[in-house]
Amino acid sequence: MELIVQGIIKAFELIISFDPEVLGITWLSLKISGTATLISLFIGVSIGTAVALTNFYGKRLVISLINTGMGLPPVVVGLFVTILIWRNGPLGFLEILYTPSAMIIAQAIIATPIVMGISLAAIQNLPPNLRLQILSLGASRLQMVWVLIKEARLPLLAAIMAGFGGVISEVGASIMVGGNIKGYSRVLTTATVMETGKGNFDVAIALSIILLLLAFLVNLVLTQIQQRQHPR
Amino acid sequence: MKIFRNSKVIITLMIAALLFAFGTANVFAGMAAPKQKNIILATTTSTQDTGLLDVLIPIFEKETVYFVKTIAVGSGQAMAMGQKGEADVLLVHSPDAEKKFIADGFGVNRMLVMHNDFIIVGPGDDPAKIKGVKSSAEALKLVAKAEGLFLSRGDNSGTHAKEKILWKKADINPVGQKWYQETGLGMGQTLNVAAEKKGYTLADRGTYLSLKKNLGLDVLVEGDSDLLNIYHVIEVNSAKWPKVNVPGAKAFAAFMVSKKTQNIIKTFGMDKFGSPLFFPDAGKKVEDLGK
Repeated sequence: MELIVQGIIKAFELIISFDPEVLGITWLSLKISGTATLISLFIGVSIGTAVALTNFYGKRLVISLINTGMGLPPVVVGLFVTILIWRNGPLGFLEILYTPSAMIIAQAIIATPIVMGISLAAIQNLPPNLRLQILSLGASRLQMVWVLIKEARLPLLAAIMAGFGGVISEVGASIMVGGNIKGYSRVLTTATVMETGKGNFDVAIALSIILLLLAFLVNLVLTQIQQRQHPR
Repeated sequence: MKIFRNSKVIITLMIAALLFAFGTANVFAGMAAPKQKNIILATTTSTQDTGLLDVLIPIFEKETVYFVKTIAVGSGQAMAMGQKGEADVLLVHSPDAEKKFIADGFGVNRMLVMHNDFIIVGPGDDPAKIKGVKSSAEALKLVAKAEGLFLSRGDNSGTHAKEKILWKKADINPVGQKWYQETGLGMGQTLNVAAEKKGYTLADRGTYLSLKKNLGLDVLVEGDSDLLNIYHVIEVNSAKWPKVNVPGAKAFAAFMVSKKTQNIIKTFGMDKFGSPLFFPDAGKKVEDLGK
């Protein structure tokens, strides 16, 4: 208990003093996970919507695969990404192992099925006649998709939050493909693991609190957008 | 209305494209960096957990053009990375495995950097009564006899390799015994587990000292010549893996054995722990250590 109090005090110290290292780590976490979520958003929503709106043979199998992907273990992603991009691997020429770029790729792979699965369900959940209605009003196909996405705004923002939550809190892939390099690829989760290993529990707790605060702030903003009244 | 909707779609798509471009630019930023500037240093957890590298690496980076990517894993994994050409230079402490690594042609220029010692730590009440026992193998025999809980790293690290040698010397095979548990974690975390479960473990003194304040584990066996913990720097052989950054590895190895670095190692930890964590040994012979 004393340790937790110490950790909370330490967290405030680190935040109030604008500790440059912690600030850098926090900013990097936000940047990496934010970019990864954005990438997953485009891939996830577009494929999710496409699968939801089309009928094809084996659709259920594809949906099952996407839903399984929602539980993709980060370490597994980390392992495969590492093997693909290490120097002597098939994508070794990119030279991106142990860089923030590699972390973005791994996190995007983790977040994409989450966003995809939820957007798929969101679009499927819309009343089936809505599509016909929009089309009969003279909308083009693209416009119809856009209206559908707008209709599903609430669950889609939930998808973003789930995707972001999945990657900002993830440590297995980040430590494997990023390497936890000081001032370069060290993010809040990997730093927490390292400080725990070093026995600096107060710093580890402080970093955890900062991570929670960061996640809270991001979700606060997203929730504001989600809960806003329908414009027009 | 229709035009308005259309423009909205277009604007959204444009923003999407921009954001995506930003994302990809970020993703491939690593490509733009001059490739031979990076050195991948694969090392043991103890050099990171003690904070030694946090002191040394910035100095090295300031003095040279290189950027060091420190990957702190066990010595076993560090050498596995070297074997695959996924590291440029190693700082490890597993002498037998290192010799094999060199003999197999994976590494060159193995140089002695420093040493400290291993210690057997355990709970203060010491159920197996090993406190003060001179020989580490004898102490392990007592632990086995009393079936005292022993936490092993179990991760092929240098410490784990040393522990296996000691068990062999004690003529005991602890693997599979109920009182013998493998954590598969780094030294710091294994010490925490040992503290939490009131078990014995083998640790390097550096990591123990830097964690001591939170542990509540006592040093029970120390000073045995079997307990020497010796660190070498090894350059990965570029003949096997052409992508290895040879000049970078050479520069780092030279830096580790330079006079200036050795002086830093000599005093590192004095202010915090009252005693140094490592003893610099560059240029010495392994046989002369600990005398």
